[in-house]
Amino acid sequence: MAVTGGILFVFVVAHLLGNLKVFQGPEHFNAYAEGLRTVGAPFFGRGWVLWMVRSVLLASLFAHIWAAVGVTRASWRARPVAYRRLDLVETTYAARTMRWGGVIIFVYVVYHLLDLTFGRVNPSFVPGDVYHNLVASFQRWPVSVAYIVAMVVVGLHCYHGLWSALQTLGLHRPPTVAWRRGVAGGIAAAITAGYVAIPLAVLGGVVR
Amino acid sequence: MRLTLHVWRQAGPRAAGRFVRYDVPDASPDMSFLELLDVLNQRLITRREEPIAFDHDCREGICGACGMVINGRPHGPRRATTTCQLHLRSFRDGAELWIEPWRARAFPVLKDLVVDRSAFDRVIQAGGFISVRTGSAPEANSVAVPKQDADLAMDAAACIGCGACVAACPNASAMLFVAAKVSHLGLLPQGQPERARRVVTMVAQMDAEGFGACTNHGECMAACPKDISIDFIARLNRDYLKAVASGKPQAARANGGDG
Repeated sequence: MAVTGGILFVFVVAHLLGNLKVFQGPEHFNAYAEGLRTVGAPFFGRGWVLWMVRSVLLASLFAHIWAAVGVTRASWRARPVAYRRLDLVETTYAARTMRWGGVIIFVYVVYHLLDLTFGRVNPSFVPGDVYHNLVASFQRWPVSVAYIVAMVVVGLHCYHGLWSALQTLGLHRPPTVAWRRGVAGGIAAAITAGYVAIPLAVLGGVVR
Repeated sequence: MRLTLHVWRQAGPRAAGRFVRYDVPDASPDMSFLELLDVLNQRLITRREEPIAFDHDCREGICGACGMVINGRPHGPRRATTTCQLHLRSFRDGAELWIEPWRARAFPVLKDLVVDRSAFDRVIQAGGFISVRTGSAPEANSVAVPKQDADLAMDAAACIGCGACVAACPNASAMLFVAAKVSHLGLLPQGQPERARRVVTMVAQMDAEGFGACTNHGECMAACPKDISIDFIARLNRDYLKAVASGKPQAARANGGDG
């Protein structure tokens, strides 16, 4: 969970940094999208590195889901008779929504790929003009709202995931106790804020 | 004080259980929770009814025998307190209390509030022995233990194996118990020779017993009557990864030795 989650977390951060180039205008943003395909040239052919990264991500995603299903099944089996009531006093909203949050994120990612990578559900998809595709999609407010909700879920998932990973990998030692939750929360909030800024800018007419 | 109890009654391991209501109109706030059940049981016996079965032994919070979930909280509402050390002054007059056994597949109910916790014993057994010099006692200062290690080992060794961590965990995971047991030996020089093998075998036994998987909710820590921190779970994970990476447990198996 922690290792594949870590890989996916790196992607979430890198994807955000790349996406924020949308604020630099269509030339920069489209050049960035094209740049992803020509990374490593001339050693690698066009799109090779991109597909290598994509295959690692895809493998990580399915390994993450496979591990999550295993953990969830083990936990459900472990308590066949439910309590009438179990008071939760220490856990967080983020920790309790990891499972359904994960499902929401997965559903969202499928839609997101159909919208902006394959263009199947995009209102006016132009291959190569990612700036145009993004603006066209986010100008529909339900799409933007769904995106914002999904990014809040991503933030919660990252918050619990980050500090959990420190536990699982045994990286967390006494000096980290004081700040691990704060740092995880800060990073997660920054991720959500960064992503949410994009549809808000489109709806607000800043990015057109 | 007047209390209304809804107690889980279950005649045997395979019988169906249900809550039964009992009114105790004259409880004293100075009674411990177990004394409340004693008084109630005495009345049940006088009425020729079956008394409520519950585990208890030392009644001073150090043996780990007692434990029940009271209104959704293992060992009741007070932090760092076993059921036997919980007094009725922790509840308001007229309170309605729902009392359930620990619920986990690895802790099957034997009767009423008594569960079979031998899964914990098997995890401990899987840990095996430690190599110590027997015979005459060694000079106390011949093995130096840094103060902070001794303190930390003591914090872990405070675990009384009551099972509240499993009961409180939304996943019914036993990570805190195993973490405490692995850490208290792992922090001390006497625990070093078998350290790698011990953590791997204990975790394997924990999984075999059917406990759930830890997802870092931290509920175990809140329920623990000995206030054991989930920092020990990070330490367990670290020890486990190191042990697997060292190859020692695998080597021990390959050579036919059990450690």
